[in-house]
Amino acid sequence: MTNFINIVVIISIIIFAFAMLGMIYRVIKGPTLHDRVITLDAFGVTLMGMIGLVSMALDTSYMLVVIMLIGMIGFIATIGFAKFLEKGVIIENDRDNNS
Amino acid sequence: MKSTLKRAGYNKVQRQMNDVFIQFTSKVIFLIILLFSVNLFLAGHYTPGGGFVGGLLAASAIILLLMAYDYETVKKMIPVNFHLMISLGLALAIVVPTLLFLFGAPFFTHQHTYVTVPVFGEVALHTAVIFDVGVFLTVAGTSLLIVTLVGGTEK
Repeated sequence: MTNFINIVVIISIIIFAFAMLGMIYRVIKGPTLHDRVITLDAFGVTLMGMIGLVSMALDTSYMLVVIMLIGMIGFIATIGFAKFLEKGVIIENDRDNNS
Repeated sequence: MKSTLKRAGYNKVQRQMNDVFIQFTSKVIFLIILLFSVNLFLAGHYTPGGGFVGGLLAASAIILLLMAYDYETVKKMIPVNFHLMISLGLALAIVVPTLLFLFGAPFFTHQHTYVTVPVFGEVALHTAVIFDVGVFLTVAGTSLLIVTLVGGTEK
């Protein structure tokens, strides 16, 4: 890896770290529950980007599996949060009452 | 949605009936997540992955179906008893090292061999895969049992 790309990757990691600090502030301070939910979703996306940058800095491709794993878990978590906010119940027993 | 259905003449309208998109999408994404969990499980010998992560990802795929549908429907879709799954996984994880122990090798010493298959060429067979299948079944069954017992609503 050339010197220029190395510097750019390190500066990007620092910027992502400051963005994650701001998100942690919003999760703790957030006035409503919806702010916290959206911030957790954005935190997952930022974490995926940061792991990609770290795998670029370490010059390895083993961490790409971790990015896909975090993406899938984040998708399921977003659906769970959305259903909790909309309905209050995440796993229903019998939704149509037809048993 | 509710007022639209009432204007159209339906009397008994429950809240949030338009779940068509999530129900259709979850049926596709369920297969993708299950395929990726099998990929993680088989890649666990040299690269990141293994039975534990694969089992957790398979459990989360079924949790996606549980969120999109309900418990009775998923039980009709996947008729698996979770207690039996945990028992089978623990039996596999205990029996395989003990069998190798009884045949003279030290405990947990795995055996491997190479078999020539017509299309794929030389393929390695390893007894650690059977032990990892046990870990997979135990982790998936335990997390699904915990989620359905704790997160499910009362009848």
